[in-house]
Amino acid sequence: MNLKLLIEISIGLLRARIKQSIVAAVGVMFGVCMFVTLLSFMNGLNQMLDGLIINRTAHIRLYNEIKQSTDQPVNASKAYKENINFIHSIKPKDKGKAIYNSESIMHALNQDSRVLGIAPKINTPIFYSAGGIELPGLINGIDIEAEQKLFYLNDYVIEGKSADLSIVNNSILLGNGVAEKLMVEIGDVIYVTTAQGTISALKVIGLVQFGLMEIDNTQSYTSIQTAQKLMGESNNYITDINIKLKDLSQAPALAKDYAKRFELDAIDIQTANAQFETGSSVRSIISYAVGITLLIVAGFGIYNILNMMIYEKMDTIAIMKATGFSGKDVKYIFIFLSLIIGIAGGVFGLAFGYMLSSIIDQIPFETASLPTIKTYPIYYNPTYYLIGFTFALLTTYIAGLLPARKAGSIDPVEIIRGK
Amino acid sequence: MSEFILDARNICKDFNDPVKIEILKNLSFTVRHGEFVSVMGKSGCGKSTLLYILSTMDTDYKGELYLNGELLTGKNDAQLAQVRNEKIGFVFQFHYLLNEFSILKNVMIPGLKLGKYSAEEIEQRATKHLDTLGMKDHMLKMPNQLSGGQKQRVAIARALINDPLIIMGDEPTGNLDKQNSDLVFDIFKDLTKELKQTLLIVTHDGDFAKRTDRIIEMKDGVII
Ligand SMILES: Nc1ncnc2c1ncn2[C@@H]1O[C@H](COP(=O)(O)OP(=O)(O)OP(=O)(O)O)[C@@H](O)[C@H]1O
Ligand SMILES: [Mg+2]
Repeated sequence: MNLKLLIEISIGLLRARIKQSIVAAVGVMFGVCMFVTLLSFMNGLNQMLDGLIINRTAHIRLYNEIKQSTDQPVNASKAYKENINFIHSIKPKDKGKAIYNSESIMHALNQDSRVLGIAPKINTPIFYSAGGIELPGLINGIDIEAEQKLFYLNDYVIEGKSADLSIVNNSILLGNGVAEKLMVEIGDVIYVTTAQGTISALKVIGLVQFGLMEIDNTQSYTSIQTAQKLMGESNNYITDINIKLKDLSQAPALAKDYAKRFELDAIDIQTANAQFETGSSVRSIISYAVGITLLIVAGFGIYNILNMMIYEKMDTIAIMKATGFSGKDVKYIFIFLSLIIGIAGGVFGLAFGYMLSSIIDQIPFETASLPTIKTYPIYYNPTYYLIGFTFALLTTYIAGLLPARKAGSIDPVEIIRGK
Repeated sequence: MSEFILDARNICKDFNDPVKIEILKNLSFTVRHGEFVSVMGKSGCGKSTLLYILSTMDTDYKGELYLNGELLTGKNDAQLAQVRNEKIGFVFQFHYLLNEFSILKNVMIPGLKLGKYSAEEIEQRATKHLDTLGMKDHMLKMPNQLSGGQKQRVAIARALINDPLIIMGDEPTGNLDKQNSDLVFDIFKDLTKELKQTLLIVTHDGDFAKRTDRIIEMKDGVII
C-alpha cells in the first residue's frame, strides 16, 4: 500500500472542503482544550484541598487508647478454658497515653524500608491563660525538624519561625485564633495549665494558621522537650508516633500490621479521612466525564462531515476505484482524513488547553485559610495531555471508521452508470 | 504473452431488479494485440454492462474473462484493483477527473499508485503524454477550468500513464462536438499506429466506428 499517496489524497480532499474540515477540527480542539483545562484545574483544586488535610495528616498514627483489656485474667486460667466466661462491669485501667518502649519502636520503624519518615509527638489538653482569660486547648510537643520535613509546618507559620522552638527555651508556636483571643503577639509570655495542674510560662515565638478554624482556635506547638517538662514526664515520654509512608496506598495494611506488632492503636489516613478521597475522585470523574462528552460530541461532528463528504465525493471515489484503488485503499483515505482532523484538532487543543490553564493559573485567588496559595491552583500533568490527545485520536478514528467503510464499499459501476 | 489481449468466454449477465432479465447472453469474443475495436449497438442492448465486466469493475457475471492469458474471473477486490491500475486504461463518456487535484496530478495519480517509477519519472511521463495530447499548457490548471474536449484528452493521458495492455472507452466522444470528436479519434488512431496500443471503444457514432479496425455489433445481448 502506498501510504504517502493515500495521505496526499486525503489532504487533497480536505483542502477541497477546507471550511468544514476546520469546523470539525475546531470541535475536536474545543473538546481536547476543555478536557485538559478541566482536568488540570480540578486536580489542582484536589491537590490544594488534599494538601489542606493530607500534607498535614500522618499516613499512620500510632497511639495508645484508653480502653479495657481484651485479655482478661479468667481467660488465662486453665480451669475455665472450656467454659464460656461472662464478665461484667469491666473498667479500663488508665495506663496513661504514653507509648511504652517508644525508642525501640521508633528504631524499628526507621529501619522499615516502606516508611518515609516518622515524627514523634506529645499530644495533651491544656488551658492557655494570659491576663484574665482562660482558654481550653491542645498543645503538641513536636520534633521540629521531622515536623517540617514530613508535614511542611513552615508553610503554615504566618509569623516568626518554627525553628526558634528548638532555640528558645520554653517557647510556644501559637495557633492564630488562640493568639487573637488571648490578644498576644510574638514576644509575649502566656501561661499553660496541664491536666495535672502544673502551670508553666511560655514565650510566644510565632503564629501558625492552617485555615481550619477548629484547629487554629485551639492548637499550639512546642518542642518535645518542653512538653515533657510541662507534664513532668521523663525524656522518653511520647503519646503519638506519626508515620509517613513512601506509598500512601499501603497505609491500611501497614496500620494493622504495626498495631499488632507494637501492641498499639493505629489509624490510617484512608480511614481517618475517607470523605476527602471521595471528594477527590468525584471531582476527577466529573472532569473526565465532561471532557470525554465534549470529545464524543466532536466525534459526531466529524462523523457528519465525513458522511456528507463521501456523499459529495461519490464521483471521486468511483474514479479512484476505476483507476486502480481498492476498497481498502479508499477506506484508508477516509480514515486518514478523519485522523488528520483529529491530529490537527488535538495538537491545537493541547496548545489552547495549556494556554487556558496558564491563564487560570494567573487569576488571583486569595483566602485567609490558605496562606500559601495566591492564584487558582492548576496541576500541570503531562498524563492529562497524553490522555486528551489519545482520546481525540480515538474518537476521530471511530467517527471516521463507519463513513470510511461505506466509502470503501461504494460500487463504482453504480456511480458511473448513474450519470 | 498470449495471442489475445482480451478473451471473453461465455459471458452471461442478468439483473434481478425488478424482474429477472438477461442482458448478456453467452457472449464470447477476443481482441488481439494492437487492434482498434469498436462496439456498436442500440441503446439498452448491454454495451456498457459488457464494458463494466471487461474492465473488472463488475464481478457479478457468469463466464470467464482472460486478460493477456491471465484469468481475471474469481480474483478478489484488491487483486482486480491492481489489474485495473496496471493493465487497463479507462476513458468515460463523462470526463471523470478528480476535481480536487490539478490536471498534472490527475494524470500522475494512477502512476503513483502503481509505484513502478519514481515520482519524478512519473511527472515526466505525464508531461510527455499531456504534451502529445496538446494539453501541456493547461497542466497546472484545475479540471473545472477546462472544456469538455480538453478534459477528455486529459482522461486519455491518464489512461496511458501506466502503459496499459488495453484502453477501454464507453462513448468517449459521446459528449463532444464533431470537431472534438474527430480530435479524440485521431488521438486513438495515433496511439494504435505509433504505440501499438490496443483499444476497445463503445460508440454510437457510425462514422467513428467505420474508421476502426473492427466493429463488434451487439443486439439484445448477443454479438451479430
Ligand atoms: N442495475 C440495473 N438493474 C436492472 N437493470 C439494469 C441495471 N443496469 C442496467 N440495466 C438494464 O440493462 C440494459 C443494458 O444497459 P446498458 O447500460 O448496458 O445499455 P447500453 O447498451 O450501454 O445503452 P446506451 O447505449 O444507452 O448506453 C438496459 O436495458 C438497462 O435497463
Ligand atoms: Mg451505455
